[in-house]
Amino acid sequence: MISEGKDVSTPILKEKAVVKKVRSSSQYQTPRRRREAITGFLFILPWILGFLFFYAGPAILSLFMGFTKWNIVGTPRWIGLQNYIEIFTIDPNFWNSVKVTLQYAVIYIPMMTILSILTAVALNSKVKGIGIFRTLFYLPSIAPSIAAALVFMWILQPNFGLLNVLLSFIGIQGPNWFKDPRFAMWGIVMIAMWRLGASAVIYLAGLQNISTHLYDAADVDGANGIQKFFNVTLPMLSPILFFQIIVELIGVFQTFTSVYVVSQSGGYAGPIKELYFYMLYVYVKGWQNLQMGYASALSWILTIFILIITIFVFRSSPYWVYYESEKK
Amino acid sequence: MTKYAHKNKGKPLFSRRFKSNLKAYLVLGIIAIFLGVPFYWMIATALRSPDAVLKLPPSWIPNPITFENFPKVFQEIPFARFIGNSFYLVFWNVIGQIFSTTCIAYGFSRFRFPGRKALFLVLLMTLMIPNTITLVPQFIMFARMGLINSYLPLILPAFTGSPYLIFLMRQYMMTIPLELDEAATLDGANRFQILVHVIMPLMVPALVLVTVFTFVEVWNDFLRPLVFLNDPSKFTVSIGLAFFQGTRFTAWEMLMAGSIMAMLPPAILFLITQKRLMGGIAMTAVKG
Repeated sequence: MISEGKDVSTPILKEKAVVKKVRSSSQYQTPRRRREAITGFLFILPWILGFLFFYAGPAILSLFMGFTKWNIVGTPRWIGLQNYIEIFTIDPNFWNSVKVTLQYAVIYIPMMTILSILTAVALNSKVKGIGIFRTLFYLPSIAPSIAAALVFMWILQPNFGLLNVLLSFIGIQGPNWFKDPRFAMWGIVMIAMWRLGASAVIYLAGLQNISTHLYDAADVDGANGIQKFFNVTLPMLSPILFFQIIVELIGVFQTFTSVYVVSQSGGYAGPIKELYFYMLYVYVKGWQNLQMGYASALSWILTIFILIITIFVFRSSPYWVYYESEKK
Repeated sequence: MTKYAHKNKGKPLFSRRFKSNLKAYLVLGIIAIFLGVPFYWMIATALRSPDAVLKLPPSWIPNPITFENFPKVFQEIPFARFIGNSFYLVFWNVIGQIFSTTCIAYGFSRFRFPGRKALFLVLLMTLMIPNTITLVPQFIMFARMGLINSYLPLILPAFTGSPYLIFLMRQYMMTIPLELDEAATLDGANRFQILVHVIMPLMVPALVLVTVFTFVEVWNDFLRPLVFLNDPSKFTVSIGLAFFQGTRFTAWEMLMAGSIMAMLPPAILFLITQKRLMGGIAMTAVKG
């Protein structure tokens, strides 16, 4: 049946294509059309300039800088692949920061995904005062990240912090969170999890878009709440899940403020190894050690790395993302 | 399974609805405690005297309550100046984003020109590029132009439009019927007049979104001001607080008072516009 439909439609499609082709070649020939095109270009010109000056230009510049040694003040000196060779072969901090960032991603992304979907499901219930809960849950996402970092540094303070005091009531000696290699990462996870409202609100929008017919049909089939969640809610939510996971992944590699603030506290020189996130390493190399060439190379490695991961997630999406309007 | 059991017994003690509501409140309550306690502790600490902060065990309710920490923040660090600097940056960024995203969205949604689709695709691709990746190269570029320690690196990009906000504005503009443009053309309006008199008034909800998103992002930004500004008198609230924390790291009551004040402007803006904001977030999430 499908092939029959195809046979019928192809000639029409071809005809349309021909018409389109004829039109497109003459499309910008008439003075009116040409004027429209020029005006349109003028309107998007700010973006084109921004793209050239703030994205493409800097990207090309830093590709070049990655092959140089440059300490901001002097002139860059061409050293070929030396930065890249050093990064991949003898720089222990590079591999450590990759490891730390990936470890964080493995802990944070599943936790964030599960808890924010759970929060979204709770926010989707039709009870009185739900607006107040939604506002409260979203509020931490509006707070400056410096404020979030400071509050958690105080709550996780080893001697007077709220969490360790509460733990001492039940006889547990709390750790020195941000200085303890075993717990530092969890402190950072806590700061990030405080913002789960931002992602919960997006899942909530997805939940509210699911047609009630699907749940009615599941009711008829005798499905219970858990079955409904895994067989209706989750598949219908998967496009948003997919989008959110990519956003979170990109976010993970940008984690900076919390680790920076936490590790510079108390006159402590530099972060402990377990908190040396990738972006912090780029910052230290570029702005503290003033090795701009080296930092450029690190930025390019990060760009390519994120590109590969994003392509991987995109490629895997047909296996687990369900699009309602997609033709199978 | 208990669904029909109640019917036979007549009126149940608690209705099914009541039970499911109770369950919802329980889950919501637990989440609210976890997300709310940091806020509470921030406020409770800011209202304590320095000795009460380092007393064990701490009381849940500060006693006595004191407001002296708030003015003290202004005495210890040039906090008023930081607030002024932040507002200055927010102002120019909002102006820049409103101007640029309106024009660019108009160009993409109302004009035919060669390569429009390809350019829009490029725009969507830049959405995927993390901002921090362009940080090193942008710094190098601005350093070569001698603009480090000025506000220009923090303002200029706004006048070229953020890809996310352009996308949002374009999606919104696409919902405005073309018939309105055509009617205005018949009345003799030119393209610019159509934008100002026909499109812009209908774009107010989207412009509110652009304003709030820009405000919150610029106000909360940490890395860019940290990188581009060296002079403490030019610092914003965010890096000003971090600077303060680096020097007076034990004054928790003042750090919390400062954090509350840093949080207030975006929080107030959010509370005023939250209905529209939530709708906007939902729109970009579901359609994007």
